[in-house]
Amino acid sequence: MALKTEPMVEQLELLGCIQCGKCTGGCPVARKTVLNIRSLIYQMLVEPELDVAAHPELWDCTCCFTCVERCPKDVRPAELIIGLRGQLVESGRIPETIGAALMGTFRQGNPTGMAREDRAAWVDGTEVKAAQEGCELLYFVCCTASYDPRVQPVARALVRAFQAADLDFGTLGTEESCCGNEVRRMGEIGLFEMLVEENSELIRSVGASRLVTTSPHCFNTFKNEYSLDGMEILHYTQLIAELIEQGRLKFSHPPNLPGREAEGKVTVTYHDPCFLGKQNHIFDEPRAILKAIPGVKLVEMDRNRERSLCCEGGGGRMWAEGTNLEERLAFQRVHEAAETGAEVLAVACPFCLLTLEDAVKVQGLESRLQVMDIMELVDLAL
Amino acid sequence: MMEPQPRIGVYICHCGTNIAATVDVAQVAEFAATLPGVVVARDYLYMCSDPGQALIQQDIKEQGLNRVVVASCSPTMHEPTFRGAAQQVGLNPYLVEMANIREQCSWVHRDREQATEKAKLLVASVVAKAALLKPLEEREVGVTPGAVVVGGGVAGMVAALDVADTGFPVYLVEKSDRLGGHVADLNRVFPTLESAAELLEPLIERVTSHPHITVLRNAEVVGMEGYVGNFTVEVRDSGIVDSGFGGDGAESTNYESTNLRTLDVGSIIVATGYDVFDPHRKPELGYGQYPNVITSLEMERRLATEDLTGFSKPVRSVAFIQCVGSRDVQVGNPYCSRVCCMYTAKQSRLVCELLPEAKVTVFFMDVRTFGKGAEEFYDEARAKGVLYRRGTVSEIYRRGDRVVLVGEDTLLGRPIDFEADLVVLAVGMEPRSDIADLSTLFKLPRSADGFFMECHPKLRPVDTVVDGVFLAGCCQGPKDIPDAITQAKAAASSALIPLIRGAVLAESATAVVDADWCAGCGMCVEVCPYGAPALDPFWGVSRINAVLCKGCGTCAVTCPSKAIRLQHFTSEQILAQVDALVE
Repeated sequence: MALKTEPMVEQLELLGCIQCGKCTGGCPVARKTVLNIRSLIYQMLVEPELDVAAHPELWDCTCCFTCVERCPKDVRPAELIIGLRGQLVESGRIPETIGAALMGTFRQGNPTGMAREDRAAWVDGTEVKAAQEGCELLYFVCCTASYDPRVQPVARALVRAFQAADLDFGTLGTEESCCGNEVRRMGEIGLFEMLVEENSELIRSVGASRLVTTSPHCFNTFKNEYSLDGMEILHYTQLIAELIEQGRLKFSHPPNLPGREAEGKVTVTYHDPCFLGKQNHIFDEPRAILKAIPGVKLVEMDRNRERSLCCEGGGGRMWAEGTNLEERLAFQRVHEAAETGAEVLAVACPFCLLTLEDAVKVQGLESRLQVMDIMELVDLAL
Repeated sequence: MMEPQPRIGVYICHCGTNIAATVDVAQVAEFAATLPGVVVARDYLYMCSDPGQALIQQDIKEQGLNRVVVASCSPTMHEPTFRGAAQQVGLNPYLVEMANIREQCSWVHRDREQATEKAKLLVASVVAKAALLKPLEEREVGVTPGAVVVGGGVAGMVAALDVADTGFPVYLVEKSDRLGGHVADLNRVFPTLESAAELLEPLIERVTSHPHITVLRNAEVVGMEGYVGNFTVEVRDSGIVDSGFGGDGAESTNYESTNLRTLDVGSIIVATGYDVFDPHRKPELGYGQYPNVITSLEMERRLATEDLTGFSKPVRSVAFIQCVGSRDVQVGNPYCSRVCCMYTAKQSRLVCELLPEAKVTVFFMDVRTFGKGAEEFYDEARAKGVLYRRGTVSEIYRRGDRVVLVGEDTLLGRPIDFEADLVVLAVGMEPRSDIADLSTLFKLPRSADGFFMECHPKLRPVDTVVDGVFLAGCCQGPKDIPDAITQAKAAASSALIPLIRGAVLAESATAVVDADWCAGCGMCVEVCPYGAPALDPFWGVSRINAVLCKGCGTCAVTCPSKAIRLQHFTSEQILAQVDALVE
């Protein structure tokens, strides 16, 4: 399908591009597939039309936004990919699994398509107030933390921490719907706008002063793409670090890791999620939490903070494998983590938790390395 | 005596197509002819040209004009031109007024009809004021011989020498304890490969032994007052004074305890230099994290001592990365630093000679070798074996005791992982971290890039909006040594104009006090930034020193009893302008 290039060149201000190559140079996916965003921008600039359907590698992009962060001319290369995906979405030429994720979000409010009535099942008997009754802090759980059994414990750990700190908080229960962060990045702008409208109305009606998220992805879109009338948007690492700093959350012992006999020292390395680190520059709070946990020794991987390697879970990649199934960045990443000698690879994102844990299994590192969310470590030390 | 009726001539300039393309100049002239007091209205291609000025002069003589209104560019640009033309044929220059229909109209509008209407209004407004203009006397004041040069880098030293060689005393104020600035940190300079020390030492020697230069090291300018021809510069120093005339004429007050001295001079040259970009602000490049990654300035010292040890052994691959901290909006530096391409060519070439076995690669996005002999130098670097690869490195990480440069070779269209033992970051130039303070101190505006702003980028490249204060070197923007020296020599020559002439024109459009109305409250004394008004101790009323007054009008609007009138901008004149606009 031939797309006229000029309108998008204007809309995305691609003429600012000087073809320096910093975007493709820093792109983690470009090293394993034919995706070359610099070259795509060039084609947009010099060709009257682009055959979008001839570029299946558009679905390889994880929207880690390294290209956006690095661009010296403030061109936003990843937005071109999102725009081109939008063209494919409009014409229905999308991978089946992407279609299913979008349909599930439309029908059930979550990309897995699981039933809306089951959304609050993650609480597993814990009493959590309905935010609709009014609360100071709105806890936005996230689809993945609500439905995925591997991530549900993270949400429960957060609830226990909030209770320990005596916070007045609530959740939206079964009324919570997908934040739309990945929906926008899969190019379904119409559905994204619908979610923004519905979510904003619901969230505003609660009247909370702060909103905290499990996932950096929800955090990113609420903070940067919604306008929630001065409501303070926090990722949980910011809130937990604040509670520790204020002395409202106190640890009583080193984390008692499952499968280990005695409590004691544990060496942890931390993987910066793209949507928290690169895109929102939250690097210090997760580390502050880890350093505050008794018995935890934090070691760094060589590629950390701004140079963290993407786990390939973002931008819709949880629902589409991309064009190269053999090489996975998560494989490389868990080896980097194992090389530090750490026993725990700590993460602060549901997608990172799932992709990296899979990688540890596939790479046979299970005996050496365990992937845990920071909240799971916190929970074990309270 | 009855004042003669106003006979106003109005001149609408096309400014080529600058105005005429957007404003219907003929229609504006036709309209102007209908305004009260206007006896002639014309439009012309370039009013500022000689025939344009002659046209005005002819009308003054033949039609007996006693007011002239020129509708063209900003008065900052050509008011002196038209005032001069009027004066030549005997019309008082303060009877000339300008309407700005270029910057304030044609340049900022697209719709021809609306722009023409606006131009008419602007002209009507200025014509209304012109009818009420009064002639003012031009006055001259004396000049304090001597100059202060702020900054002892190459630009400052060269400027100081040029001024001092004419015999005027110069104070060279240097913040650090040594002269030479950043050039003192260099090894050899492009494109001649001369030693920087051999370049600098004779210069420093001439400066420190010059009979008319007093060098104040460890010294800082802390205050500046006055106006062109008569500045008072306050300097805090450590008492390190080199040679010259030993501070002759430099009044030292309370020297022992505060080391404050005041210098009275006629001109000031600002040559405060730049800061080197700190690559910690590009964390993805691993500077400070990997010993293999160094800056180009660190490389200068390495090359000076021919010491390339301490990296992986042996050094087989050396990579240079261009544009670190330049041409990069992510760090707020959108400009090109203008020297990095050339010093990278120089360093890479020297590495080729020092390590003949090593692979030397330069990663670039564009190569800019524009100076005299520069492109030829770049050709030689490649001929010596330096390999240029197009593509900016995005990230660096460790592999064993080497580092990997992650990027794209944009000409191959392929991502690359490039292993190197030594990486040199071509760091650019930034405005000094204290430039905001300097800007306040010298009342100098800054351009969008953060450096000091020259008065006009083409026509007045070393002047500033403050008469008598001039710019030299990298404080105005990145430049190499030849450019910095060229600008220093230009600044010196401009700074000498008032000194050699010995007199400057004082502003005539000053504020005056009507003693009958003045209540002696002293508010004008408080608000004046130039210290012009003072209360007369005997009569208890305010008197304004016309030499100090810059005509800013702050006192006139502050005065509660309306006793102060700003000449050439009187209330009646301004209100007539406003009336013409809103009618």
